[in-house]
Amino acid sequence: MRTSHLIATAIAASMLALSASAQESATLKKIKDSGTISLGHRESSIPFSYYNDKQQVIGYSHELMLKVVDAVKAELKLAKLDTKLMPVTSQNRIPLVQNGTVDIECGSTTNNTERQKQVAFSNTIFIIGTRLMTKKDSGIKDFPDLAGKNVVTTAGTTSERLLRKLNEDKKLNMNIISAKDHGESFLTLETGRAVAFMMDDALLYGEMAKAKRASDWAVVGTPQSREAYGCMLRKDDPGFKKIVDNTIAKTMTSGEVERIYNKWFMNSIPPKGLNLNFVLSEDMKALFKNPNDKAFE
Amino acid sequence: MGYHWNWAVLLASAPSGGVTYLDWLLSGLKLTVTLSLSSWLMALLLGSIMGVLRTVPNRWLSGIATAYVEIFRNIPLLVQLFIWYFVLPELLPSGIGTAFKQLDPMLQQFLSAWICLGFFTSARVCEQVRAGIESLPRGQMNAALALGFTLPQSYRFVLVPMALRLIVPPLTSEFLNIFKNSAVCSTIGLLELAAQGRQLVDYTAQAYESFIAVTLLYVLINVVVMVAMRKVEERTRVPGYMGGK
Repeated sequence: MRTSHLIATAIAASMLALSASAQESATLKKIKDSGTISLGHRESSIPFSYYNDKQQVIGYSHELMLKVVDAVKAELKLAKLDTKLMPVTSQNRIPLVQNGTVDIECGSTTNNTERQKQVAFSNTIFIIGTRLMTKKDSGIKDFPDLAGKNVVTTAGTTSERLLRKLNEDKKLNMNIISAKDHGESFLTLETGRAVAFMMDDALLYGEMAKAKRASDWAVVGTPQSREAYGCMLRKDDPGFKKIVDNTIAKTMTSGEVERIYNKWFMNSIPPKGLNLNFVLSEDMKALFKNPNDKAFE
Repeated sequence: MGYHWNWAVLLASAPSGGVTYLDWLLSGLKLTVTLSLSSWLMALLLGSIMGVLRTVPNRWLSGIATAYVEIFRNIPLLVQLFIWYFVLPELLPSGIGTAFKQLDPMLQQFLSAWICLGFFTSARVCEQVRAGIESLPRGQMNAALALGFTLPQSYRFVLVPMALRLIVPPLTSEFLNIFKNSAVCSTIGLLELAAQGRQLVDYTAQAYESFIAVTLLYVLINVVVMVAMRKVEERTRVPGYMGGK
């Protein structure tokens, strides 16, 4: 009698909690009312989120984001959920999430405490180190070799910040060029305006995949930082964040993520069919075992 | 909307260089003003020459000036900027191109931006000058020639001084435009006002404060320019024309 009572209370409470979480979440309500979820993606963050030659969005992060869309659709019991794709840049992604233009952005966005003041981050989807790409014959082996040289990085990234700080702390006297996206940074490197391009290692391998001759380039240097990529969501929306976190955690613990990882990092990918050969790091293995949303800085 | 307002961010110290974020914006303002003023000088000079050429009674000279205007006026500013910055160094003989690309990046960006804005605006100034010259009564040129001036002298002493004084009001809007157009130069990495504003967003994630501050600074520039040009307009007004006494 008492136990059944307890169970009944528990069921009632959990149902209340469920409906409460669905209602508390402004994002879920918006998605339900409009029948549309708006997804923020990148245009040239290979292999995370980018256009293939048919101008379709593909990539590792994008695939995870589509899993979230399925989960949202199931949670809201919608027969049909339209997706609206919205390209974002390093510079506009935070305001666009805040003002509701996009509901979720999965690309190559670093989760850090500064950004957490403005937006929320899901469970980490990738961990990178910041390194350098340079011509194989440039003679550059590590960061100290950059003294007095022109170095390019993408505006609005954590690499830009680290590079400026390094320049000041170590008195390297580098000229730092801030290009507007990764494609333009690589163009700056390729045309000889800069001797090296500092960026997240995975993205550097991605840029290599676009190069005219991938074999001309090398990724070198001691990683200057480790960073955790997460999907960006609006702040103070625990209902939506829970669905996103659970979806990512489930994909990781079930081992499905390894299939997705291998597809994008260990096999040939568009646009040139290059294989990045980016072996799963220890950090990533630990993440897959124990999904979490911790920022490194 | 869940935005976390924080105006104090402008006075917070930036991560490097021992300056505040406001200093970033002010250094951007300085660059915007320097770039725009130097491009404006170039545009005014080149535009006046081309404007005169468009009206001279010589098919070759006026043809060249027309081609000039059509090229610089009809290609979008952003495309022109990318051509000057990205394409031109690749077309130059490789020695010169490489030498240019080894310059201080800031200097490369400034030079490309300066030339680009200068040429683009000069085409527009040219059309104003032409309109000014054509608005003058035919008699002025004839009178000048009858007095024994040669054709260049008639332009130098009669037509151009009159035309320039007449077109001060439309030139004011071109002058204002050049400041606003200079924001395009942030796309090649030049850290002018708009770029500094964006950088501030990247570092602090305080988008609205930063963009509002940048907007106010642009308004400030434009108000100063408008007041100054109003003074110029009063001083140079031709008696008997357009409300002048």
